[in-house]
Parts: sequence; C-alpha cells; structure tokens
Amino acid sequence: MAEGLTWSVTDGDKLTQAEVYGEVLSQLGEKYPDIVALTADLASSTKIGRYGKKYPDRFINVGIAENSMFGIAAGLALAGLKPVVSTFAAFTSLRSAEQVRTDICYQNLDVKIIATHAGISFGQAGSTHHCTEDIAVMRSFANMTVIVPADGLETGNAVAAAMEWPGPVYIRIGRGFEPPVNKTKDYGYTIGKSITMRDGRDVTIIACGVGVLQAVRAAEVLDRQGLSTRVINMHTIKPIDRDVIIQAVKDTRRIITVEDHNIVGGLGSAVAEVIVESGMACAFRKLGVPDCYSIVGYPEDLYHHYKFDADGIVDTVGTLMRLEIEEDEDWEDEV
Amino acid sequence: MALTKEEVRELTKKAWEIRKAIIETTYTCGGSHIGGSLSQTDVLVALYYKYLNVDPARPKWEDRDRFILSKGHGGIGWASVLGDKGYFDKNLLKDFNKTGSPFGMHLDSLKVKGCDASTGSLGHGLAIAVGLALGARLKKKGFRTYCMMGDGELCEGSVWEAAILAGHHKLDNLTAFVDRNGLMIDGPTEKITTLEPIDEKFRAFGWETLTIDGHDFPAIGGAIEKAKVLKGKPFVIICKTVKGKCVDIMENQAPWHYGGLNSDLRDQALACVDNYYAKLLG
Repeated sequence: MAEGLTWSVTDGDKLTQAEVYGEVLSQLGEKYPDIVALTADLASSTKIGRYGKKYPDRFINVGIAENSMFGIAAGLALAGLKPVVSTFAAFTSLRSAEQVRTDICYQNLDVKIIATHAGISFGQAGSTHHCTEDIAVMRSFANMTVIVPADGLETGNAVAAAMEWPGPVYIRIGRGFEPPVNKTKDYGYTIGKSITMRDGRDVTIIACGVGVLQAVRAAEVLDRQGLSTRVINMHTIKPIDRDVIIQAVKDTRRIITVEDHNIVGGLGSAVAEVIVESGMACAFRKLGVPDCYSIVGYPEDLYHHYKFDADGIVDTVGTLMRLEIEEDEDWEDEV
Repeated sequence: MALTKEEVRELTKKAWEIRKAIIETTYTCGGSHIGGSLSQTDVLVALYYKYLNVDPARPKWEDRDRFILSKGHGGIGWASVLGDKGYFDKNLLKDFNKTGSPFGMHLDSLKVKGCDASTGSLGHGLAIAVGLALGARLKKKGFRTYCMMGDGELCEGSVWEAAILAGHHKLDNLTAFVDRNGLMIDGPTEKITTLEPIDEKFRAFGWETLTIDGHDFPAIGGAIEKAKVLKGKPFVIICKTVKGKCVDIMENQAPWHYGGLNSDLRDQALACVDNYYAKLLG
C-alpha cells in the first residue's frame, strides 16, 4: 500500500522527527486497532504521548523501568497486539539490549521501537544520554530491521511502513530539532530501498539520519567545485541496499559514509562489509563520531567538531579525490 | 472447588511419571538442570493436568491460558510435561540437547509447541507475563496468565519493575509462583543475598500472597483456586519446595542445580522416586 494514503501532516517539512511520528502514530491508531504504545516516563520527550492522549486505553506508561517495558511489549505481542515502544536510544540499545534481543528479536515478535535522542543529537546532555552505539548493537540482532530516517517526513514514512513490515523494527531518530531534507513525503519510501538524493559520477556520499542533509549541503558545494557528487540516503541499515552500494563503487570509485554514530559498527561498517564482500576496491572513508565519547555541546557544533557536517564532508572528499586509485573497469582480476 | 482425593491421587501418579521422565532425559541428554526441574514438578503437574485451559491440539489457540516459565532452566521439566500432554511426540526428548534438536536447556517458543515464550535469562518472565495479562485485558479476553519464577531470580531488578506495574494495574488475571527451593547455583539464597521476607515484598507492591508447601497438591490447588477468584490484585503463590525433590542424593544440594547421570546414578535416582511414590500412594 502507498504510505501516502495512511497519514498526512500539515507543515510536515517544518516539524521535528518526533513531532511527526507522534502525529503519524496517532493517525495510524485508527487503521491499526491493535497498536499499544509504551514508554518509560518519556511520553512528552519522545512525543509518543500524543498517541496516548488520543488512545488512553491503548497507552501504557510503565514508569522509569525500561527493562520490564521491553518484556511487557513482548508479552503484548504474544497476546496478539502491536506494541510500539518509545524511549531514548541509549536506554533501548544499551540498558535494555538483552530484553530487546531475547524477548523480542529471538521470538521474532511484532514490536516496533522508535528510539529518540540518538547519536549526539542531545549533545548538551553528556555521554550518559548520547547514543553512538545503537546501530551497531541493533543490526547485530537477528530478525531486527534497522531504520535511520533522514527527517520528520521520512520518520512518518518509516513508522507507517513499519506497521506493514514483519517482525521487530528499530527506528532511530534524533532529539527532534534537526532541519528537514525532504519537502514532501511522497517520494516512494520503501524499507530496504535507499534513495538517491542526487546523482553524480565522481564521488558518492552514503548517509543516514542527520547525515543526509549534511551530505546534500556538501554536494552543493562540491558541485560548484566541479565535482559530480552522488548522494544516497541509506535510511535502512538492515537490510541494506547492496545493489546501490555496488553500483556506486562501479560508477564513482570513491565512497564516503556519514552518520551520527560511532564510526565503529554503524552505517559505515555496514557499507564497508558490502564493498569488501563485492571484491571491488574503492577509496573509502567513514565519517561520524571517531570512536570516542563526545564532548558536550550543541549538536550542530558537535557535527562540525567531529567533521561530519557539510564542511567536514567537503574536506574529506578533497582528501579522497587526491588519492591515486586504479580507475580501470576490469573488475575480473580483483574479485 | 477443592481437589478430590481421586484427583490428588491422579496428579500424584502423574508427578511420579514426570519425575521419572526428567531423570531418563537427563541420562540421555548428558546433563540438565535437574534439581530445579524436580522442585517445580508438582506445580507444573497441577497446572497442566487440572487448571490450565489449554488444548495441545491447538497450541496457538488465542483464548488459551498462558504459562511462562521464567526460570527457563527448568526447561527439561517443562518439556517432559508438554511431551506427556501431547504437544509433540515425547520420543523427541531423546534428542534433548543434541545438535540440531528443537529442544535445548531453555525452551524456544518458535520450536517447541506449547512453549508460550522463550525464557532462560532470569528476570525476564514476569514482565512478559505482565504484558500477556495486560494484553488479555486490552483484547477483552478471559485467558489467565501464569508465571513461575525461581527464587534466586528474585535478585533481578527487572522482576520488581514488573511486579510494581502488575500491582499498579491490579492484574487479577495474573498468577505468579515462586519455586522457593532456597538454593541458587552458588549456595543458599539467604547466605548469598537475603530475599526474605518475599511475601511482604510482594504485598508491598500490591500483590496478594500465599505461602504453601509446593509439593502438596491440595495446597497447590487451593492456592490456584483462590488466585482465580481474587479481584483487583495479582496473586503470587510462594511454593516452599525441595531442590532435587524425591532423589535423596540431590535433595537440598546446590551442586545438583545442574548435573549429569550415568546409568548407575540414573537407576539410583529412579529407585528413589519409585520408593517415594510407593510409600506415598500406599
């Protein structure tokens, strides 16, 4: 089904990710009477409380008790309901990793998780509330689908699509103040199929989440410098869109990944796995948080500090373009 | 309604069979969590042969009562009951723990019919049971959810998170059991970390409690029937049990949390069980 039929949000391109998903989930409640929303004392911070206001009988605030919340979600799914759980990414993927894995993923249950405040989007809060490990953790759980939407409209699309997607789904968003990259929701969002934001021949930037907007901005600068830059919005980390990655290797031979996550284990690692398994060599760099606990600060300052904002991407592209790499198209001797 | 003498006799005979099956499977599989499987047996037998509204021919029947074995290491004891009930061919238990078998020490709900939830990591089961009980309420279903915990797992904080929420939501369709055999892997619970008073702890969290002899069928039946009619509160039945019950070399011995049996030990264990029940049944 076209997701455009299931929800609509006025000024969706101006709303935050969390605001859009709170509204979309409320609208989906009508179509899916089995949705039960759960949170752990973060109804307002995550915006899942909007669903709770509309459907108070199908909303459970467990208090500050994430571990039991994910177990309870498993039990609700076993009873035939469709639990949607929302709390901060750090508590989902780190504190409650075992419940998510063992109670939900091991049993392949129909539980949808919307984890907020991921990456360093809650930069001022310090590393207790940052979460630069969740993509790595969640994509290592068998049966789990991992989605990192680029903005509010894509979050709405992802939430709607997840309702029709079998098994557990982890949707990872920021704190909610990230600027939008899409102007409309009707661009054919499909789980597992990346979106080419702009085509290019010289270099490919593969990004997810807040990295997509930074990549688009960088590409505009690079184009002015005469570099034809492809930008891929890899919103689904698992299952990853292998064909698009391999095509980018063939076409551009230079790839950069951009994510608000540790460069260990996230989008960059997932893309690298595909490239290495393909047997095709290319110049490659991962941008993100460089395997450290982030300094405190406003997110946009931190993205700049860690060089995965547009400026940092442009610099890294410059480095890649200066590398001498084999440019022939005879892959046979390299596979 | 209290169990009749005949029902108690039949349940006792069934517990005899199940304990022997546990010993036989422990012998063939190389090792099992036999101590706790023997301590939990009488409650499981009472549930599956008297109280649970289940149909082994329809393991996914949506109105069935649910049973969650939070102490998932009791899987060999649970599988012995499920096999006997006809959820699957009990001869399959000969492959318990073998490579490729659907049966491992901790049962997998996707592989074992009748297993309502995969468990094994302690402290998880009560939350799943709370979810099922809340789910029954939301779906306007009359099924009841039963959850058996070990006593050692009460150390896990997630048990108490779930207990708080069950009390808050007054889940009177939820009945929990604590298999209070007094031992965890490294020794007596009260030496390692004090759990008592367990009943007062649950009461403080909004539960009704009853402490019984977990090997006494009239007591088990009476407690379950009280729980079924209680309104406005979840109910926990603290079952005082003996780890390794009926096998004298194992009774109250922490090392028999997990162990294997050679043919001599198997024969000795079976003889103990036979002697116990021969005396009990007269």
